[in-house]
Amino acid sequence: MITLEQLTKRYGDSTVVDAVSMVIECNSVTVIVGTSGSGKSTLLRMINRLVEPSSGRVLIEGNDTAKEHAHLLRRRIGYAIQGHGLFPHRTVAENIAIVPRLLGWAAPRIQARTDELLEVFQLDPCTYARKFPHQLSGGQQQRVGVARALAAEPAVLLMDEPFGALDPIIRAKAQDDLLDIQRRFGTTIVLVTHDMDEAFRLGDRVAVMSHGRLLQYDRPAALLARPADPLVSRMVGMADRAMRLLSLTTAAEAAVPDSTRSDRTTDDPVVSASASLREVLSELLWRGAQAATVVDAGGAPLGRLSVADILARGRPNG
Amino acid sequence: MSASAAEVRKRGPIVPSLPALLRFAALGLLVAFLLAPQSFAPVFAPLTQYGAPAIYDQGNLLMLTLAHIATACCAAAASTVVAVGLGILVTRRSGAEFLPLSRTLVNIGQTFPPVAVLAIAVPLVGFGEKPTLIALFAYGLLPIFENTIAGLQSCPPQVLEAASGMGMSARERLVAVELPLAMPLILEGIRLSLVINVGTATIGSTVGAKGLGEVIIAGLLSNNTAFILQGGLATGLMAILLYDTLALIERRICRSAHIQ
Repeated sequence: MITLEQLTKRYGDSTVVDAVSMVIECNSVTVIVGTSGSGKSTLLRMINRLVEPSSGRVLIEGNDTAKEHAHLLRRRIGYAIQGHGLFPHRTVAENIAIVPRLLGWAAPRIQARTDELLEVFQLDPCTYARKFPHQLSGGQQQRVGVARALAAEPAVLLMDEPFGALDPIIRAKAQDDLLDIQRRFGTTIVLVTHDMDEAFRLGDRVAVMSHGRLLQYDRPAALLARPADPLVSRMVGMADRAMRLLSLTTAAEAAVPDSTRSDRTTDDPVVSASASLREVLSELLWRGAQAATVVDAGGAPLGRLSVADILARGRPNG
Repeated sequence: MSASAAEVRKRGPIVPSLPALLRFAALGLLVAFLLAPQSFAPVFAPLTQYGAPAIYDQGNLLMLTLAHIATACCAAAASTVVAVGLGILVTRRSGAEFLPLSRTLVNIGQTFPPVAVLAIAVPLVGFGEKPTLIALFAYGLLPIFENTIAGLQSCPPQVLEAASGMGMSARERLVAVELPLAMPLILEGIRLSLVINVGTATIGSTVGAKGLGEVIIAGLLSNNTAFILQGGLATGLMAILLYDTLALIERRICRSAHIQ
């Protein structure tokens, strides 16, 4: 658990981060979202003390981070940034091994961890370990950047616009991969972005910032249903908020168990359990169908979803 | 990259290019001249008058050349230590305020004529190598200093941010990231400085330092154009060959460290 208490950063007369307090749960993805100049990056960088707070405290598992040497603290916290920041004169394997080396791990352990991470990130160790960053594609560089941040098995991973430099298709893949990684390692991830879609897609909780203040910090659905500030509702988007709400729920969560098999027609479209309700609705509109059958990864039916079921979920109290 | 490895293999037997051939010829000429100067007597004889010797005969040319290189290298080594150290200092946050002052001092070292430095240094440290070393040291600081600063400042900010974010201390970051990335420019500065030294070291002979300047001065004193030409040509060839050799070493180092 990371606790921010009245965290403030001032540069001269301007207050960049203004008394932000929030509690970040373990084993979750927290997204800090805001326009440029909202202080979101500064807030993130105060967690690993790349920026020293003017006042306020950061507690990780109850321990005040100010009591530790900053560079030792940072070795325990993963850090990934936009444009990856890989060392151009080191190989992929050497880049990943940086923090383990700083921590004095034995060579075999470093080797094993490097290979493990490369495989997790779908980069064959035999092919990629000895390559240099400039020999990789943008998406591969970004994956190595995240692998490097995770190398020393940090409990906390901070990410500053990690996917900002990627094209939309690779970005979607990178976001899915990140969620897989989060589930696999149980890392607590704090991610900064200006992209509300990304925030909704990744965040278990979303913190909305503007002009240094924390406007609202809540679950994505609550941001849509009960925006605490006009700016929050503007940022989450009034026009398509129902669709956003639908995109937060998977078909599996909303599926109605199929007790009345009789009314099922063979023409029903089949949708996968992991599809969002937004995707299911789109599929129904496209096919002109009234209901879809939800199947799990193995193809076994989990239940049905009718247009009415989905529409009910698109209302704030649905 | 595998493509470049294939290129190397495809090249097969090395066919020297014209510049490479010229360099080998220059090296051969210099070595032959230093080892057997008398065999070049017929070439230089037309430049002498009244039966003066055609080849410098007041000292061993090879020894003078080696002493000349040694002086230039020692001075460049001292310049390197000071200029790189100073360059690192003024690019740290704590030393940034010394940048204007350091730049002024280093610029004075470059603009103050080495001859004038000799004139000041001789009364203080006496005749011989020492005043020459001081003059060359001061003269060679600027290129190394400016290139060190340029190299350190050209490190990509994201790389530095990542290094700090991963928990590298300032010293670890300097040694593992900043200096390696700045190395091509620093090496280039050292190369410039050394080549300038080779040319400038000739003036050291006016205050008794061993070097090829001795040959030139002897020629000037006895009005012997052959001597002047010998000293000048040997110095010039040496400077060119040194420049090329160092550039080659530089490329090797950078390529093996994968720094562009």
